[in-house]
Amino acid sequence: MELLKFNGITALVLKRVGLGLVTLWVISLLIFVGVEALPGDLAEAVLGQSATPETVAAFRKELKLDMPPHVRYFAWLGAFVKGDFGNSLANQRPVVDLISWRFANSLFLAGVTAMIAVPVAVLLGILAALYRNTLFDRLISMATLSTISFPEFFVAYILIALLSVQVVIFPSISNINEQMSFWQKLYAICLPCLTLAMVVTAHMMRQTRAAIINILSSPFIEMANLKGLRKLRVVVLHAFPNALSPVINVIALNLAYLVVGVVIVEVVFVYPGLGQLLVDSVSKRDIPVVQASGLIFAGTYVMLNLLADVLSIVSNPRLRNPR
Amino acid sequence: MTATFKLLRSSPFSARLGMAMVLITLLAAIFAPVVAPYGETEVAGDVWLPASADHWVGTDNLGRDLFSRLVYGARNTIAIAFLITALSFIVGTMWGFLAATVGGWMDQLLSRIVDILMAFPTLIFALMVLSVVGTSIPALVVVIALLDSTRVYRLSRAVAMDIEVMEFVEAARLRGEGLWWLMRHEILPNAMPPLVAEFGLRFCFVFLFIAALSFLGLGIQPPTADWGSMVRENSGAITFGIFTPLWPAGAIAFLTVGVNLVVDWFLHIASGLED
Amino acid sequence: MNTPEALEKLFRSGKLSRREFIARMSALGLAAAVSPALLGTPALAASPKRGGRLRLGLNGGATSDTLDPGIQLAMMPQTLVYGTLANSLTEIDADGQPQPELAESWESTPDAKKWVFKLRKGVEFHNGKTMDADDVIYSLNWHRKEGTKSAAKPLVEAIVEMKKEDPYTIAFELASGNADFPYTLSDYHLVVGPKDTNLAEGVFTGGYKVETFEPGVRAFCTRNPNYFKSDRAWFDEVEILGINDVNARTNALKTGQIDVMNRCDLKTVHLFKRMPGIQVMRQDGFKHFTFAMRTDTAPYDNNDVRLALKYAVDREQMVKTILRGYGRVGNDHPISVANRYHASDLPQRQYDPDKAKFHLKKAGLSEATFKFHAAEAAFKGAVDAGVLFKETAAKAGITIDVVREPNDGYWNNVWMKKPFCAVFWGGRSTEDMMFSTAYAKGVAWNDTFWDHPRFNELLVAARAELDEQKRRGMYVEMQQIVSDEGGVVVPMFSADLAAASDKLEHGKLAANWELDGFRAPERWWYKS
Repeated sequence: MELLKFNGITALVLKRVGLGLVTLWVISLLIFVGVEALPGDLAEAVLGQSATPETVAAFRKELKLDMPPHVRYFAWLGAFVKGDFGNSLANQRPVVDLISWRFANSLFLAGVTAMIAVPVAVLLGILAALYRNTLFDRLISMATLSTISFPEFFVAYILIALLSVQVVIFPSISNINEQMSFWQKLYAICLPCLTLAMVVTAHMMRQTRAAIINILSSPFIEMANLKGLRKLRVVVLHAFPNALSPVINVIALNLAYLVVGVVIVEVVFVYPGLGQLLVDSVSKRDIPVVQASGLIFAGTYVMLNLLADVLSIVSNPRLRNPR
Repeated sequence: MTATFKLLRSSPFSARLGMAMVLITLLAAIFAPVVAPYGETEVAGDVWLPASADHWVGTDNLGRDLFSRLVYGARNTIAIAFLITALSFIVGTMWGFLAATVGGWMDQLLSRIVDILMAFPTLIFALMVLSVVGTSIPALVVVIALLDSTRVYRLSRAVAMDIEVMEFVEAARLRGEGLWWLMRHEILPNAMPPLVAEFGLRFCFVFLFIAALSFLGLGIQPPTADWGSMVRENSGAITFGIFTPLWPAGAIAFLTVGVNLVVDWFLHIASGLED
Repeated sequence: MNTPEALEKLFRSGKLSRREFIARMSALGLAAAVSPALLGTPALAASPKRGGRLRLGLNGGATSDTLDPGIQLAMMPQTLVYGTLANSLTEIDADGQPQPELAESWESTPDAKKWVFKLRKGVEFHNGKTMDADDVIYSLNWHRKEGTKSAAKPLVEAIVEMKKEDPYTIAFELASGNADFPYTLSDYHLVVGPKDTNLAEGVFTGGYKVETFEPGVRAFCTRNPNYFKSDRAWFDEVEILGINDVNARTNALKTGQIDVMNRCDLKTVHLFKRMPGIQVMRQDGFKHFTFAMRTDTAPYDNNDVRLALKYAVDREQMVKTILRGYGRVGNDHPISVANRYHASDLPQRQYDPDKAKFHLKKAGLSEATFKFHAAEAAFKGAVDAGVLFKETAAKAGITIDVVREPNDGYWNNVWMKKPFCAVFWGGRSTEDMMFSTAYAKGVAWNDTFWDHPRFNELLVAARAELDEQKRRGMYVEMQQIVSDEGGVVVPMFSADLAAASDKLEHGKLAANWELDGFRAPERWWYKS
């Protein structure tokens, strides 16, 4: 607390970044131990039914799977710290090549979705709180509720059925590749983007609304109301800044979800994102790929959470000026 | 008792509607064997029959009576989702409040553990655990509850942090009230509205998550009926203009809307707003 | 319909096999009128057109895929490497016969032990080098080099010596006679690449060159202008997309984002057939499912127990329910109707609870419970098949416990470990390969641990037999032995269902692998 008091937010951020790095290291260890603990190894998983003792042994030897686990972990860690992510065990390609364009794709989809979803969600949340219990509020509530009431893949299939099969507007698969221009890519991801936007908007909007309504019952808002300030002014200038903390948290969670948790949408729309690679690599026990992509995901999470924490502190006058 | 009754009588139409929706689903779930005309896994006709007198909402992808599956599905879905949500809230709010009230090293420790758990991509976590221990219902419950409790922890900690700096908490502290008392009497009631809203959402989220796991082949295993898997099993039909998957999806939506209408009303009373 | 013109039309459109065509033309006394050009290109129908981009959406791609011909584990790399980029010495035509590809001709000694292959001249690799015998020998040895992971190792190890007689002639000496050696050389692993290069780089002789390859996601290929076949590889570009979700494949084809898909959803294929602009193609190939019993483990070491279980399966019901009719009933041996020596006269084993009871009683096990292990990883519907089996067996007084195993690790922990389990077999195009892979004494994948002296003797004899009639007799006897005494229940053969835009045209489909023997990119074309 002393540190916080004297050096303020910068020190806090530095401390949290350090902790974030430790978190990532613990995660890398956990992932390694976790994948090691799975029955079977890459040699068996890749070869499947066509595994013979001979080919499995050849595979193992080539991949150094016959070495003890801790030796392999530290070898990996040493290389990783030097910036060498290693090669995929399954097909010997550099992990960086496998991951970088997929991660870029994941960020692209998440970014476009967030640019639509966040402003819409916050705006709708404020409006719903402002006009709570009116027809408008109810309609918005119903609409957002029903979008989160269906499984994601079902929303996706409905959108495909409507906008891709019945009326041919958007493509049903979003297998973007490097030969496509930015606009072609944007067009290709319309449906997955819409699917995800519907899901996250609903969640963020409802939290925003709940947080603002919660604040509206506080004495200082009553005071503002009594002073005869306009309702819109009260909500936007007085209630919203005080409700920011939970709202920011929910936005951070949803952003992280957009990067990390969209495997299903990737599968349905055949989108070459990182999630699919991760799931594949876990089932193939391809540890270097699991490690690298797991750490990227974890890093995204840690960073967004850190950002949310800092923003919460900055936005909350009470926390900003500790007594 | 009379207070509850009075409260119910004063409830708005939307809340009553929500309660009715939840009640209908609960009754269907409890009396499933009585209500369902066919067995849970009984093959009763051809594949994807339209609605008829024999099959009120048609048959599914294997020719099982969809209405019976829906009713049994209610039972499995609600029981499992409720169990998971309750477990995650008990764990999540307790640690969250504790972190906020005690602060300092306790907050640091808990938050770091949760950071690690949350930063762990949900799906690999589920994939790894479920492929080691097998996809059984207890394993699903524990894994999802643990994953979910981290989210509950974060929210309840954030909310409690805001409450913790309020004057009345300070006053109680100065009075010398214990930790448990603070959490129970000062923080919990004031944190209730966002938490209840979250509970409603989480509850619905949980069976959507199970459905997502089923999509990847790790959820509740067939032939057990659960709404999420039923949507999944039949979803291929939708682009051919067959509406079978709309029924289980509709059932999920029905319950979700019902729960949320009740939650909204609760949020409204708890916030003490007059309109 | 028996005018020469009509027959020719039937033949060109692939409705008539070459053999049938010649037979019926001869019946008209017209054999001499058959144009050699017509017979020279049996898979081709009326005037194919060049051009266009073929987009295939395939199930069976993974991020771990490679272009290494030795490690081709699923449909996407197989179609890419064998079907698009590369050639083998021989290829299998639509009638299941080996045809020259990189080889021009071959001959063997009467014991089928020594073979001489003449290579085609003037074949160029994608890197411009001209192919000769050294490249072929190098490519075959690729599969048995130090530390190889190639699944084709046993195939190549049967070759004792490869000798380059001149730049376009290779003499092979085999460990034992093998009349099917030209078939073996058509294997999709045994493609030819340039000497002293890494074959995983994708440089081969095929009709297309690989431009980009992102494992499990996408491969993009352009036509090889110097391709040695002038009547093949009609497309300008071939794009192969990995789409593992069957609904996504179906939607993509429906909305015209891809032109071909493999493995249709059996649940919706009847609806798919009705859609305009779509053709659904069925191939009855070699793919089959087995319930494997370990014949070295009690009680499955008793043939009466095995027979009881064989009689307790309702095969028709399984084909109807599990395959939705897209398949054929099995007869407890692994030889398909698409194989050359399928024993069509062998009586079909029927569901017969009384006979099942009789054999069980004879084995003295009327109260026994059998644990049947299955998982969806074995084959799609394996657990359901187990449940159906349980029901029909119950009527014969046989109790079967279906044990659901985890998908993860099924092939390592269940297959060949548990005494009774569900198994998937892709099948083999020759009787010899199928039997040698899984039924011969002591081979790696003999999952029933079966050892039948007469069968083993016949296997070796039939392999070296060049006389068609004698050979057929031996294989028929072997099918009978497996059916009556083997360790497998073979309830069904599964058909392959693929769908394509009806703008595409093709000749009669080869049945050796899915999508015209993996060769759709090479053999199909767009209608004008």
